[in-house]
Amino acid sequence: MDTEKSLSPSAEVDILEPTETRRMRVNVGPSHPAMHGVIQIVVEVEGETIVYSDTNFGYLHRGFEKECENHTYQLCIPYTDRLNYVSPLINNEGFCLAVEKFFGVDVPERCKYIRTMLSELSRISDHQTCIGAAAMELGAFTPFLYLMKGRELIYRILEEVTGHRLTINYMRPGGLAANLPEGFFEHLRDIIPVIREVTSETDKLLTKNRIFIDRTRNVGAISKEDALSFSYSGPCLRACGVAYDVRKAFPYSAYDRVDFEVPVGSTGDTLDRYLVRMGEMEQSVRIIEQCMRQIPDGPVSVNDPRVILPPKQEVYHTIEGLVNHFKLVYEGIRPPKGEVYQMVEGGNGELGYYIVSDGTGRPYRVRVRPPCFMIVSSMDFMIKGAMMADIVPVFGSLNMIAGEMER
Amino acid sequence: MASPKTSAPVAFSSLLSVIKGHFGEVVLAHRSDFGDDTIVVQRERWLDVLRFLKDAPSLAFNYLVDLTCVDYFGQEPRFEMVVHLLAFESGKRLRVKARIPEEDATIASLVPLWRSANWLEREVYDMFGIRFAGHPDLRRILMYDEFEGYPLRKDYPLKKSQPRVPLLSPEREEEEEI
Repeated sequence: MDTEKSLSPSAEVDILEPTETRRMRVNVGPSHPAMHGVIQIVVEVEGETIVYSDTNFGYLHRGFEKECENHTYQLCIPYTDRLNYVSPLINNEGFCLAVEKFFGVDVPERCKYIRTMLSELSRISDHQTCIGAAAMELGAFTPFLYLMKGRELIYRILEEVTGHRLTINYMRPGGLAANLPEGFFEHLRDIIPVIREVTSETDKLLTKNRIFIDRTRNVGAISKEDALSFSYSGPCLRACGVAYDVRKAFPYSAYDRVDFEVPVGSTGDTLDRYLVRMGEMEQSVRIIEQCMRQIPDGPVSVNDPRVILPPKQEVYHTIEGLVNHFKLVYEGIRPPKGEVYQMVEGGNGELGYYIVSDGTGRPYRVRVRPPCFMIVSSMDFMIKGAMMADIVPVFGSLNMIAGEMER
Repeated sequence: MASPKTSAPVAFSSLLSVIKGHFGEVVLAHRSDFGDDTIVVQRERWLDVLRFLKDAPSLAFNYLVDLTCVDYFGQEPRFEMVVHLLAFESGKRLRVKARIPEEDATIASLVPLWRSANWLEREVYDMFGIRFAGHPDLRRILMYDEFEGYPLRKDYPLKKSQPRVPLLSPEREEEEEI
């Protein structure tokens, strides 16, 4: 060692000896390319190690809950589209199920199957967006393009059904806004192989990709107990090895009549979260295929004048129909006094609606349980002691949706 | 902590008697509207009751689903804290509530029991102005620090606007430096 040292011109500086590091404060965001939506993580680093972080958000707070208190139940549905804007149909479904719980309304079978199918399509698009964006932030641009191609196909078929790509406003308490269009099943049959192909292409590009694994394995790992303490749900909880899925544990719509598995991980790290999402996309396709086989013909809305607008024929030709229509539009549907909590499995986990009704046409209070709120609340806990560069894969794998988290 | 629903859920009546056996008359009211079991407990025993619900082996409501508040403006006591719990092993759900008067809008924090209560209680503080005793970091979360009032209170007008916050002055930025 001594001889080497004397040979080197800058022998006084030993590069293996850590230099003095000063604690530095770095703002990641609010507007940062790797922050989905606008969120700020103030981190304090020593060298590259994170010693403290504080997550600030609220830039997309639009007062969803306050607005709902001042609108009729039907007028709240477009607002729910804008919660998790990557899978709006699931939000619609949760809200409608909550209102239906007040009335004890059981929607027709066909409606249940349509809701299930469209929710699963939304779930696929949600996971595709999450995986695509998270991989792109790690430098894998190609899977992002493949997945966006797949998502585009889903958006097109949703546009055929609902008339919109994102702000779909399709479900109603007691049924749906419209039946499926002509040729829907042919179209769906055409895109299912493409969705599968996109998933398998992504799988080939990422699952055994050395760079991707190095950046994600054992990064942002969280134990089962911590995850439950942070009220995790959805893919992030399942990545920790807890097979909790609202669709299995508390089935709604047609989930009790389809066969699907709940993929679980073991270590709860970023790689497991990715693998769980990949597994779920395949299961969603399976659910859709089973629904396509099982779906019956029939009406898509209940025949219940308390919740569903009467057919136009009655509105124009009978006084009862006209009065019913008028009252439903002006006063809104009027659930009995009380409160309900109804949950569905959203793209990120348990999406719950807690609605308090005072018997009028407007909800007294609407509270959304946003799954990613709880998940992102563990961000500071997870990145403490990690490297600065780990923020990007960890945050990407949590799939924060600002619209849902900040409402 | 295995998959949910590995044991049979406890019946609501036996749950009530277990709580009564441990605490005496702590449950002020109970209901099962629309299939959701609800108990209203004394505000003073909030943390004790929830700790018992979480830790008692026969109940084991170990998962905090949601925590929020409702403003019953014009009623006395005015606010109502609402917590949704899930017993992971049995799949049993329970709603626990407590009323909070306006003049003393405080309640015990649940952060010692669940870490997710941290942000959820910050949101309730932000939106309703409820103070949580024992909360480690009670700051606004969705609104900005300069925001005045509590927007989800019923007496906060829907269309009220507040002035723009001035840009940070150099002096203030210096203060924020560590």
